[in-house]
Amino acid sequence: MIDLNVDILIIGAGPAGLAAAIAAKEQGIDSILILEREDMPGGILRQCIHNGFGLHRFNEELTGPEYAQRDIDRVNELGIKIRCGTTVLSVSEDKLVTCVSSEEGFRTIKAKAIILAMGCRERPRGALCTPGTRCAGIYSAGTAQRFVNLEGYMPGRRVVILGSGDIGLIMARRMTLQGAKVLACVEIMPYSSGLNRNIVQCLEDYDIPLYLSHTVTDIKGRERVEGVTVARVDENRKPIPGTEIDFRCDTLLLSCGLIPENELSLGAGVELSPVTSGAVVDEDLETSITGIYACGNVLHVHDLVDHVSSESFRAGKAAAEYVKGIKREGRIIHVKDGFGVRGVVPQRIHGGCREDVTFMFRPASVYRNSTAVVTCGNNVIKRKKAMIFTPGEMATLTLKASELEAVQEVDGDITVSIEQEGM
Amino acid sequence: MNDLTSDIIIIGAGITGCAVARELSRYDASVTVLEAGSDVAEGATKANSGIIHAGFDALPGSRKAYHNVRGAALYPKLCEDLGVGYRRCGALVIALSEDERRTIEELYERGIANGVEGMRIIERDEILKLEPGINPEVVCALHATTSAIVSPYEVAFALADDAAYNGVQFLTDQRVVSVKRDTDHYTVTTTDSEYTCKILINCAGSFGADIHNQISDNKLSMVHRRGQYYLLDRAEKLQFGRTIFQCPSKMGKGVLISPTLHGNLIIGPTAEDIDDPEDTATTADGLADIIAKARRTWPQLSVRTNITNFSGIRAHLTTGDFVIGRLDDVREASDAPKAYEAIGIESPGLSAAPSIAKEICQLVLKDAALTEKKDIKKYTRQGKSFHDMSAEERAEAVKRDPRYGNIICRCETVTEAEIRDAIRRPVGARSIDAVKRRTRAGMGRCQGGFCSPRVAAIISEETGIPLTEVTKNGGRSYLLTGTVEEYLKGGESDDRS
Repeated sequence: MIDLNVDILIIGAGPAGLAAAIAAKEQGIDSILILEREDMPGGILRQCIHNGFGLHRFNEELTGPEYAQRDIDRVNELGIKIRCGTTVLSVSEDKLVTCVSSEEGFRTIKAKAIILAMGCRERPRGALCTPGTRCAGIYSAGTAQRFVNLEGYMPGRRVVILGSGDIGLIMARRMTLQGAKVLACVEIMPYSSGLNRNIVQCLEDYDIPLYLSHTVTDIKGRERVEGVTVARVDENRKPIPGTEIDFRCDTLLLSCGLIPENELSLGAGVELSPVTSGAVVDEDLETSITGIYACGNVLHVHDLVDHVSSESFRAGKAAAEYVKGIKREGRIIHVKDGFGVRGVVPQRIHGGCREDVTFMFRPASVYRNSTAVVTCGNNVIKRKKAMIFTPGEMATLTLKASELEAVQEVDGDITVSIEQEGM
Repeated sequence: MNDLTSDIIIIGAGITGCAVARELSRYDASVTVLEAGSDVAEGATKANSGIIHAGFDALPGSRKAYHNVRGAALYPKLCEDLGVGYRRCGALVIALSEDERRTIEELYERGIANGVEGMRIIERDEILKLEPGINPEVVCALHATTSAIVSPYEVAFALADDAAYNGVQFLTDQRVVSVKRDTDHYTVTTTDSEYTCKILINCAGSFGADIHNQISDNKLSMVHRRGQYYLLDRAEKLQFGRTIFQCPSKMGKGVLISPTLHGNLIIGPTAEDIDDPEDTATTADGLADIIAKARRTWPQLSVRTNITNFSGIRAHLTTGDFVIGRLDDVREASDAPKAYEAIGIESPGLSAAPSIAKEICQLVLKDAALTEKKDIKKYTRQGKSFHDMSAEERAEAVKRDPRYGNIICRCETVTEAEIRDAIRRPVGARSIDAVKRRTRAGMGRCQGGFCSPRVAAIISEETGIPLTEVTKNGGRSYLLTGTVEEYLKGGESDDRS
């Protein structure tokens, strides 16, 4: 039994869902519905009260809530409906969506196109297999951020942060400004996984030591965290005995990576990439299921919301064109990860593509003075030099429509790789 | 106000104590259960493999064998009555060499002697057909079709709720400091109060021998044996449909791989003797040991989908068997206070609990003239979980109670209605972990990252305590150390630690 029919259903009213809705509406689609499980739109930006958002998109520095509000205002201006407090329970291949809310109960919605914009979640302790006790005081950085910024509570006073993801770095500063003592930020890799500007502005400016190539090897405390042991790791990321440092603390924050939240996508049968943990998509952000699109952190984890928005505008526009019956043409060209490259998105493009395509990927390691190279068959299509490629910063590389024409003449797949200097 | 005087005091609200409490709740007697932890099922009951063993493992003639087989037979009806899950998934004990075949045959014979039904020895091809993930070097296996899985703490909660609904008083945070026998009663002093009773029942798990030794000259000695586990995420299709045991050998019992009732895979346990009966930490060595051993069963094992590690402490008596019965050395006069005990209830303790409870109850009835209650009330929990409902049932549930429409835990699809119910049950949840174990909120892949602030807010609202007093697991395991406002004013507003 179908309770409602819509042209485009968008799951999630974070920055991705909002941008996709705006783009779809601007393409002339009127029947759009956004479902949001929180009581307010804005997604994770609501709790990101620091600034630094919007430099690319708006040429100014906004806080998270300010950035979100611009899109929320535009969505309201355009008359796009958002249903908050509504959790989507399932998505099917034929685009039937079930959802539930206290106000409207259990509903089944049929959509012509669906845009997946559910965002991502944080890796918990279990994923790291960190030994020790299971006491109170161990939080993911985002949970702590929610407590401090949205609820007005402090999750701890003496803090060690495991992982140097951006939320962890931001929380190092936030907790410090709030009167807590942040003792250390501990990163298992020899480089940070966060943005360089956050290392400087959130750790260095507050004299918080960053321990690279270290990890937490034990958590002590029966009721509440009483301390953690940190040790240096070898090149295989195994702790080196004898290098232990004990920290007396009451809180351990985890900032060890984000995972696209794709349970609904999996239920629908969307093909996922084992590298990005997000959907496999083409240049339109269309997944393996026709008419289902994915954008933002549910597709691959971004560093900057500006990129989430631009990606989601494309998804919204493409979904609108799909509803209008516009079809993509040309052979499918697969896009593969070459040396030094992890998780290129999109993973395939159409040979008939007439627009610029931006490839985004994570460098597999730190490469200095290197060049990102796009090849098709034996032909080099594009080269882009950079002073540094690092896993903490998503790399982008745009192929112009004219450059894509060269691809169409060659038979073969596209590979994106990094060439190190002297190679 | 707590009742300080009862006819019967049960020490320990683990699976055994809860099962005994429920048996005794059918009789006209005041019963109090004293629990050291902050919740029912806080000890070994919450951290074990969750298996209702078929009964081929224990030595014929032992109490373990008798209560295992009898208890396992009681489970299907018990779980149905309590409204908790039970799944007879079957078990395989695998032999990876011809040497181990002999062990399989021994186990089979032992099973026959213990009265286990539904066993068969099967060969390699059939094993790999049943469980393709098993090491292809497998030679043969004992297939025990009556082996089952439950959620052990859910069984304990349901037993406790049913007992409490029928008048049993459950008191938590009551760590027993001393037990003294007077001429006509026992005095049990806890960290909180002093309680008296005519009949004392020791179901104190890891502390069973300590309590026993306070009131008996026949001293018992206990070893605290820790078992660590991995718990893998629920998957569309589980790698194993049955519990897979390794052959017990000189190297130890090996580790098992089993589906859980809720569709996770559990892998473990280790077996380490430790000094502290409450040291449930996991260790790097222990976790590495599990993986190394489990790969013998499942060479392709990857812990990429691990969601948590935990450990539980088995209460192992050096005598090796359960001790169940009455303390005879304190029975002079007929009106003398009496004590009963169930000690050393390690594996297969979960399987044995319903049978042990019946035996304890019968022993009590032999000595005390208790009359059976006429009006036994059946506590009916708030039906099926939202997660397990069909679309129609979900639609119906939200119509009945709109709070079913508010999803609090998104990984496990737990609703506000279910969380409030968990707090309002006869033995209600008071902490984040207590809610988690009753509803599964926070048991999923994000491990409470999303739902714990929301669950904390509901606990605060339901119980009327400030958010800063909400704990993860009772005691001083506070989630928060103060408000942002207090911190901004400066100074140490929180002097709790």
